[in-house]
Amino acid sequence: MMILTDKKPRVNVEGILTAEEIHDIEHHIDHYPYPRAASLDALKGVQRRNGWVDDAQMNAIAQLLSISVADLEGVATFYNRIYRQPVGRHVILLCDSIACFLMGSETLAEAFQRELGIQYGQTTADGRFTLLPICCLGNCDKGPTLMIDEDTHGLVDVSSVKQLLEKYV
Amino acid sequence: MNTEPKPIYGDGNPETHPLTWRLNKQEHVRSADDYEALEGYAGFKKALGMKPSEVLDVIKAATVKGRGGAGFPAGIKWSLMAPNDGGPRYLICNADEMEPGTFKDRLLMEQLPHQLIEGMLIAGYTLEATHGYIFIRGEYIEAAGYLNEALEQVRAKGYLGENILGTGWNFEMHVHTGAGRYICGEETALINSLEGRRANPRTKPPFPQVAGAWGRPTIVNNVETYNNLPAIMLRGPEWYINLSAGKSKDPGTKIYGASGKVKFPGLWELPFGTTAREVIEDHAGGMRDGLTLKAWLPGGASTDFLAAEHIDLPMDAETIMKAGSRLGTCLLMVVDETQCMVSATRNLEEFFARESCGFCTPCRDGLPWAVKALKALETGQGKMEDIEHLSELTKKLWIGKTFCAHAPGAMEPLMGALKYFRHEFEAKVKTHAPALDVEQA
Repeated sequence: MMILTDKKPRVNVEGILTAEEIHDIEHHIDHYPYPRAASLDALKGVQRRNGWVDDAQMNAIAQLLSISVADLEGVATFYNRIYRQPVGRHVILLCDSIACFLMGSETLAEAFQRELGIQYGQTTADGRFTLLPICCLGNCDKGPTLMIDEDTHGLVDVSSVKQLLEKYV
Repeated sequence: MNTEPKPIYGDGNPETHPLTWRLNKQEHVRSADDYEALEGYAGFKKALGMKPSEVLDVIKAATVKGRGGAGFPAGIKWSLMAPNDGGPRYLICNADEMEPGTFKDRLLMEQLPHQLIEGMLIAGYTLEATHGYIFIRGEYIEAAGYLNEALEQVRAKGYLGENILGTGWNFEMHVHTGAGRYICGEETALINSLEGRRANPRTKPPFPQVAGAWGRPTIVNNVETYNNLPAIMLRGPEWYINLSAGKSKDPGTKIYGASGKVKFPGLWELPFGTTAREVIEDHAGGMRDGLTLKAWLPGGASTDFLAAEHIDLPMDAETIMKAGSRLGTCLLMVVDETQCMVSATRNLEEFFARESCGFCTPCRDGLPWAVKALKALETGQGKMEDIEHLSELTKKLWIGKTFCAHAPGAMEPLMGALKYFRHEFEAKVKTHAPALDVEQA
């Protein structure tokens, strides 16, 4: 009897991921009893290169973690900080939870949308910014709060939006 | 009312501010040497001189309650851990601080990373754990960095690794960073996430103490809970219980906080049983000029709104529960008179609808209904039936109807809003406005 499987041929991991990325993933795998626990570390590590994770990279990561790419896709698409489509050079994460809401985050979000000419979930035509909402950033004494890439900015005022964006080219 | 911000550590006395007194000596204590110079790791070393069962007795006698929001006694949680069969035993720190309005764990990890590690070492030794993980949200980049540096330092001191300080106990610790999703704070969802899976909660039983991470006995506690342990070891359970004597049955100090339109939003270490009025007026400096307090959330998005009439209640689990809410994380969010409660509730329900993991139907499909009804009311398109639908949802999405506590948590602020501010919802109903059929929405 022939057994049908959906297993894809093995990919050449070295041709897709850099030596550093592979080393980084292996380093994280060492922290856990099973390699798949390094899924998020691996996805985040690879995402650092282009801002998102493409299909070829998904195949390679899945192989390093000894899980199917479908399984990894389920993980990647569950978490809002893993991007499976291209994003801008800078990702703006606006806190839209209640503590910042009470400090006027919706007015601030409108100001960002107006300034950038995009809605939540979109990227500017020049590929510079992607705008996303995010749940409470734990900076509630300095609301409204947002993150741009790895920087947290608190007490952001509608009038300071333009100036803030100029720092990110 | 105070005219300038007050520090978190009060007068900086270790006897009264065990969690934060060191910040009075130094702006932050991030090196192991600095921490040790300020009584650091003394509680851990004292614990190592005792049998694990004796340390457990101390923690149980202190009756320390979990600080993550549910308030479950840590000693009881620990004593339910399956006996040691020689296999791996996991100790996890829930540092996935994503409860809206909560920013205490960020401060503890950024300013005092060693205090968390010392607490985890005490817990690890007590529970004969083999591996510890600090599950920290991905956005806390600085905190994760300090924790990793701190772990390197204690490894060099021999507090991590094999045969720790000659006791024969082996323990290793790692920092695990997340990639978003509020539901990761639910302890079984957190375990799934740690394992590299979708963060869907697991069915209980089995409880993590019996079958948690990778099917092995696992204990999960909040950052602040672990931060309580070093001083308990050093000064004893009696001292700990006396910290809040006469104020509350909940022992110890708590990091209280206030956000919203108060003069000085911030965090303060105070004994359990401190009233909301003391927090808002004596510490946060009162409302901003010209504003009056209308409502407040005692400790996060998943706690019921309370009204201005409740601010003289002592903030501890029992009193706040009696008032119809939950203490939650104890970081209160203040709503002023100018804020529309329908809009605030809509914002809360949008958050919960988006953050539902999607696993069980009532939560995945029910929360968007609440959002639609609230949006209709907010924009003057709602009917009285929408308010009835919302009341009905608070029953249909309640405990026992959903797989985990996410949707019931979402219903708490909605219930509080409907209970104390129903008139605002009714005022929003305009009889001539087009109807929104929630059932078909």
